[in-house]
Formats: sequence, C-alpha cells, structure tokens
Amino acid sequence: MKARIGHIASNTFREAVRDRVLYNLIAFALLMSGAAILVGQISIDIERLVVVNLGLTAVSLFGVVIAIFIGIGLVSKEIEKKTLYTVLSRPVRRWEFIVGKFFGLAGTLAVNTFFMAIGVFAALLYVSHQFQASDGWILVALYFIVLQFLIVTSLALLFSSFSSPLLSAVFAFSLFIIGSFAEDLRGFAAMAHGLGRWLATGAAYLVPNLSALNVINSVAHAQPVSSQLILANSVYALLYAGMALCGAVLIFERRDLK
Amino acid sequence: MKPSSRITVIASGMLVVCLAASVVTLRKIDTIRKGATLEEVLYITSPKVLKRLSLGYNGLLADIYWTRAVQYFGRNFHDETGKYTLLAPLLEITTALDPQLIVAYEYGANFLAPAVPGGAGMPEQAIELTEYGIRNNPDNWRLYYDLGFIYYQDLKDYKKAAEAFERGSEVPGAHPWLKLLAALMAEHAGDIQTSRLLWTATYENSADKNIRANAAAHLRALQVDQDVPALEELASKYHERTGHWPGSFRELAEAGMIPGMPVDPLGKPYKLMADGRVVVGDPDDLPFIQKGIPEGYKPPPKPKVLPIE
Repeated sequence: MKARIGHIASNTFREAVRDRVLYNLIAFALLMSGAAILVGQISIDIERLVVVNLGLTAVSLFGVVIAIFIGIGLVSKEIEKKTLYTVLSRPVRRWEFIVGKFFGLAGTLAVNTFFMAIGVFAALLYVSHQFQASDGWILVALYFIVLQFLIVTSLALLFSSFSSPLLSAVFAFSLFIIGSFAEDLRGFAAMAHGLGRWLATGAAYLVPNLSALNVINSVAHAQPVSSQLILANSVYALLYAGMALCGAVLIFERRDLK
Repeated sequence: MKPSSRITVIASGMLVVCLAASVVTLRKIDTIRKGATLEEVLYITSPKVLKRLSLGYNGLLADIYWTRAVQYFGRNFHDETGKYTLLAPLLEITTALDPQLIVAYEYGANFLAPAVPGGAGMPEQAIELTEYGIRNNPDNWRLYYDLGFIYYQDLKDYKKAAEAFERGSEVPGAHPWLKLLAALMAEHAGDIQTSRLLWTATYENSADKNIRANAAAHLRALQVDQDVPALEELASKYHERTGHWPGSFRELAEAGMIPGMPVDPLGKPYKLMADGRVVVGDPDDLPFIQKGIPEGYKPPPKPKVLPIE
C-alpha cells in the first residue's frame, strides 16, 4: 500500500516538474532580487520589513496558485488522457490514487517552498547584511505557509474529484479567500441571532481557517510565534486536509468512470 | 463487507472525526490568538492606504472593520480590562472606508465616550469621530444630538453642548427636542430635569435595546437622586419638630409627611437610617446613582444595567 502511494506521489512530483511548475522559481527569484535592490533606494528603514512581507506573501500566493491549478487537474487530467484507467487496472485502489496524488503535489509545493525560502533569506541577507535571531520566526511563517498549501491542495483535490477543472478552480479559490477571512466570519456569526447564528457558526467552522496560518505580519515585525500556536495549527491543518481528503476519497470511490 | 464499502465506512468515519477534531482545535487556536487579528490588522493604520488596498471594495472592508470594532469593545467590556487602545483606530478606519456608515458613529461614540467601566473613557476621540461623521453626513440630525450629548454628559461642557444641539436643530427634519435642549443647555444645564430630558430623548430615539437599557438605568438613577434628598429633608423636618430622628418611614407617614412607604424606581423600599439618611435597598440594581448609596458600599467592576422588559 505504502509503495503504491509512494509511486503515485513520485510520479505526480515528476509530472509537475515536467510541466515546468518549478519555473515559477525564476519569476520569484527576479521578484526578490528586484525588491531587495530597489527597496533600499526608494524607502527608509523598512528594507527588512518589505523583503519579509513581500517574500513570504509571494511564497504563499505562488504556492496557492500552483496548489489550485495543479490540484484541480490531478484527477480530471488523468481521466481526460485515459491514463487513470491504466493506473486503476493495476492493483491500485482509488483511495490510494487520491492520497498518492495529494502527497505528490504536497511534495512539489514543499520543494518549491524550500527554494523560495532560500531566495527570501538571500534577499534578507542582502538588505540587512546579517541575520538576526528573530529571523528564525520566518521559518515558522514558512512552515505555516506549507500547512496552508496542504489545506488548499486537499480542497483542490476534493473539488477535482467531482467537478470540472474550471469550477474546481473557482471553488478552491473562493474557499481560499473565505478562509483568509475565517476569523471575521466567526465574528459575524457571533453577532447573529437564532437560527442564523447556528447556520453562520456552522459555516464559519466548516470553511478552512487560513487566517491563523498567516503570521507574515507578525514575523515581519520580529514578533515570536507561540509554540502552542505552532502545535495547534499543525494539528488543525492535518485534520482539515485529512477531512477534505476523506471527502475526495468518498466521492471518487463512488464516481462512475465509464 | 466489500472492500469498497469498507473504504466508504472508514472514510466517512474519519471525515466526521476530523471535522469534529478540527472544530475543537480551531476553538483552541481562537483562545491562543485572542485579539491577534486586531493587532495584526492595525499594522496598516492608515485609513487612506487601506482604502486604496481595498480595490474599491471599501464598503465590505468597512463592514469587516466595524465588526472587528464591535468584537473588540465587546470582548474588553466583558473581560473588564478597561483597556481600549485599538478602539479609536478601528473606528477611524471603519468610518474612513465608509463615511456613510452612521451606525459606526452612533455606537462608536457610545463605546468611546463614557468613562470606564461603562465605556472606553475617551470622550475627545468620540467628539472627533462624531465631528467626522457630521462633516460627511451633515443632514443627519442624530449625529448633532450625539455630539451634544457627549459634551453634556462626558465633558460637562454645556456651552459646546448647546452649540451642537443648536446646529442640529437647524438641520431640516430635525427632532424638535434639539431646539429645546439647546435652550436648556444655555440656562439649566446642570439641572436634573435637563438630564432627565436628555436621557428620555436617548431612550425614545434609539432602537437598540442596550442603549435603551442604559438610558433607562440613568433615568432611574436620576429619580433616586431626586427622591433621596427630598426624603432626607422630610426626615430632617421631623427631627426638628420632634427632637428625634424617625425610626422608620412609617413614623413619617403617621405624621402625615409622606403618603406611604416610599419605593425606588424598581419598586424596592428605601431604607431610613438611624441618623436620618436615606439609602437604596439594592444599589447594584441602580448603577449611576449619586445619592442614597449605603455606607461602605463597593460598586461592582462593571455597572449592572438591567435589561428592558
């Protein structure tokens, strides 16, 4: 079982690399080096702040875009190219296919994030000339961004298991936006009354809470992130991704592929 | 059981477990990150920058910021922290994003102006907020009323209060009270009757149950502040007449000085002390009273405002 999932994951990773997904790193490198050189000339005393904010935001957005646009095609492309039938005719179960695809894309995003992180730290070194102890929190922000990718990837896969690529992209992107305002959504729910309150609270807990995974602002201001939050966010991201994957497996198991 | 059915059962079970556990974890995250969102959103403190960043969706963003302001005030009020440092910036951003959001001026001033623990104790910021509201909504007479009220109640600046009411009375469609209030401010600003009229106006003008309950509590307090000196004066007259203080209100009633047992606005009997002082039975239920407070009484950290029936 593990081997089969591993094979599907490594094939997904190889396919993503073949699809030139990692080319986004060039755009990222250009963005970071441009920002690092320009910011020192056009601003005063916020070079570090800009590099951290811009770098981490770019890592997050680039990754989310990759997670959505690759994620939505993971199932539909295999059906379109008829390669899915070849895979499933072997002793590979449908749930293994879904889980393998998830790990493949998650791995691609982790590698992508690793190279981008090098870019962020390089730009930071260029503008600050030396690292500070508080720069370590940037690693936590990057870790949270990877957790964010796990959630978005699982959602893209969930939508991809029953919908067209276009609609899947719309759904996944909408949930990403809503999830970024999840805390406000819970605030609105708390202000509602009666049945509306229950419905709003239910919806607020069902959408992904991506705002807690965004600590870019605070680490840019060299503020520490509590270990409790790191633990809770890790558990939450794994649970949410697990939930979305279970949904994808349930739908894909019953999907008529003829 | 077929393998596919087994997978369905396992996946369904896992989905439910993950969903339940994620809700529990999220609630934990909320307690860890209490107030974190607000602190983070205020890294951008410039309303102008935020307006540009909203890409034209400033109405929605204003609603979000207004919700954050309400949540922030509500949480700090509930927790009795007495610290409201982010309230004024949140309201400033809200109203800059949507200058027509009247509710933010009305409630916002009501959050900012009253002294702690009833509010944030920032009447100056409340004045600024309301003046900004008036500049953007000059036809809304309620904002002038709010402005006058803050000057009267929280700053005791009766001249400015009179000016605000006067300005408001000139707005087409303004409530006739404003003219009357402007005149009262000029001559009888410190009177209980003036205060009563203002709180009555607030009570009748607002649809919000909390504001109405607060106004009702102030009206009850004014009644007590009027009753207690009157009863003490009667006790004093009794003392002058008989050479001793009345042992109870019954003696005053038997002497024909009061018609029966005097009660506070909540219907509870007043207490007559041995030295002729009059106190209320349950001061917790009558916040804001100035008279009739029992000796050694310590008010609760947060005023107990009774809900309106």
